[in-house]
Amino acid sequence: MRASSLKQHSPEIAARQNAMGILAKASAQQISDVWKTLGIEPSYSVIRPAEIGLVMVRGRSGGTGAPFNLCEATVTRCVVALEDGTTGFGQALGRDKTKVLQTALIDALWQLPAHRDSIESKVLAPLAKSQELAEQETRAEVAATKVDFFTMVRGE
Amino acid sequence: MYVAVKGGEKAIRNAHKLMARDRRGDTKVPSVSLKQLSEQLYLSVSRVMAEGSLYDAELAALGIKQSRGDLIEAAFLMRAYRTTLPRFGYSQPIDTARMLIRRRISATYKDLPGGQLLGPTFDYTQRLLDFKLAADAEVPSPETQTFEKTEVVPRVTDLLNDEGLIEVDEAPAPDTPVGDLTREPLTFPAARDLRLQNLARGDEGFLLALGYSTQRGFGRTHPFAGEIRLGEVELDFFMEELGFEVPLGTMTVSECQMINQFKGSATAPPQFTRGYGLVPGQGERKVMAMALVDRSLRAHELGEEIDSPTQDQEFVLSHSDNVQATGFVEHLKLPHYVDFQSELELIRKVRKEWQEKQDAAGQELLGEAAQ
Repeated sequence: MRASSLKQHSPEIAARQNAMGILAKASAQQISDVWKTLGIEPSYSVIRPAEIGLVMVRGRSGGTGAPFNLCEATVTRCVVALEDGTTGFGQALGRDKTKVLQTALIDALWQLPAHRDSIESKVLAPLAKSQELAEQETRAEVAATKVDFFTMVRGE
Repeated sequence: MYVAVKGGEKAIRNAHKLMARDRRGDTKVPSVSLKQLSEQLYLSVSRVMAEGSLYDAELAALGIKQSRGDLIEAAFLMRAYRTTLPRFGYSQPIDTARMLIRRRISATYKDLPGGQLLGPTFDYTQRLLDFKLAADAEVPSPETQTFEKTEVVPRVTDLLNDEGLIEVDEAPAPDTPVGDLTREPLTFPAARDLRLQNLARGDEGFLLALGYSTQRGFGRTHPFAGEIRLGEVELDFFMEELGFEVPLGTMTVSECQMINQFKGSATAPPQFTRGYGLVPGQGERKVMAMALVDRSLRAHELGEEIDSPTQDQEFVLSHSDNVQATGFVEHLKLPHYVDFQSELELIRKVRKEWQEKQDAAGQELLGEAAQ
């Protein structure tokens, strides 16, 4: 599961947030690749066309104190509806409209019992695995720069 | 009388064409790609994202390419671009304790939990120009080492909290309003949320000089670098339609916790106080300077005597923004023909009056001498 400070939600919402997190972190190329592998071509309508906008990012004074506005970030978002009315949301940092459209479709399909398993195994699992590996690599490289202090004993 | 003068369109067009040619440079040399800039000049990209107040490495790279590497001009381009986009809303505050840490050091605790992680740093290099880099020598892969996975790395400031030796930055009630400089203009006195926003987008050079001045005695705060960290944090956004927060991905931030001496006051016991720095991207010098200035600007709140420029909010916050500063300084080169014409007439008039007075005084003197 993602390291996050999200509020506690029902297991269904938490699982959906987790899926959305994996998709948001993936590159546009990765999303496009897994979408092709999935090989589903659902009919859908676009509720909110992919749109580029800004989210004001907040930090906290001292890391734990009162929130303040740090800077804006570009974000793209999109909402689609499948034929049965299931809506899918796609959103991610950056300005890639195709990525969030495909993300929204994956989010919609994930909610359908008929598709969830294949989304989990063909989309989310491989993406999560590559993200986990990249994170482990970073941690291992940073660990190699950890300072080992030793004390010089002078005299007898 | 106001006289509008038109003209120069052709000259301007041709000047921009000439600038574009010069910007491209020798066409026998390949053009730089945005990816090359964002990968290999990430610290420039970070500075443009911080001072342009817009997190988007690709746009910052474009700004740098378009401005021929003029980082203030690039920040200006970022500020202009953001005005073309709708605002979706505000993120949940990022949690730097849950950062995927790439660098984390403390100058106050040798053996802090999680350890001193030097990460990718220029520190301890000898500052010798590297001619192997000029020759594009192959870069060796970094070493790796086993590690213990921890989701939360405690802040140094939390360690001091246990003994009550340091002031606590407590979160206010969830619905407390947060000031936003991009929505309403700055007024004084400005609360800390607005000050931090201003400093986060402030000019690195200006903040560096101010921070340095506090170290040299202009508003002494006796700082220690409690902790500096760099890494990736998750960004979450509350989606109204869904009724829950959605993750937007991860962003790189740098953070500095400065720990400062404090004698205590009528209401607070002697304890350490804090200054805070946070910027998007990798900007270690900037967060350190920001934390020094943040602490100095708290002089009023802590009942300290205000006798130095860095403690003066109006001075610091009104002059920290380099896009504003460059606009006002550089506007001087735009045509002021009519303004100057009126000044010219004025000075001719007062000179004439001055001359007449001199002449009259001379006549008087002559008259007196003749008597």
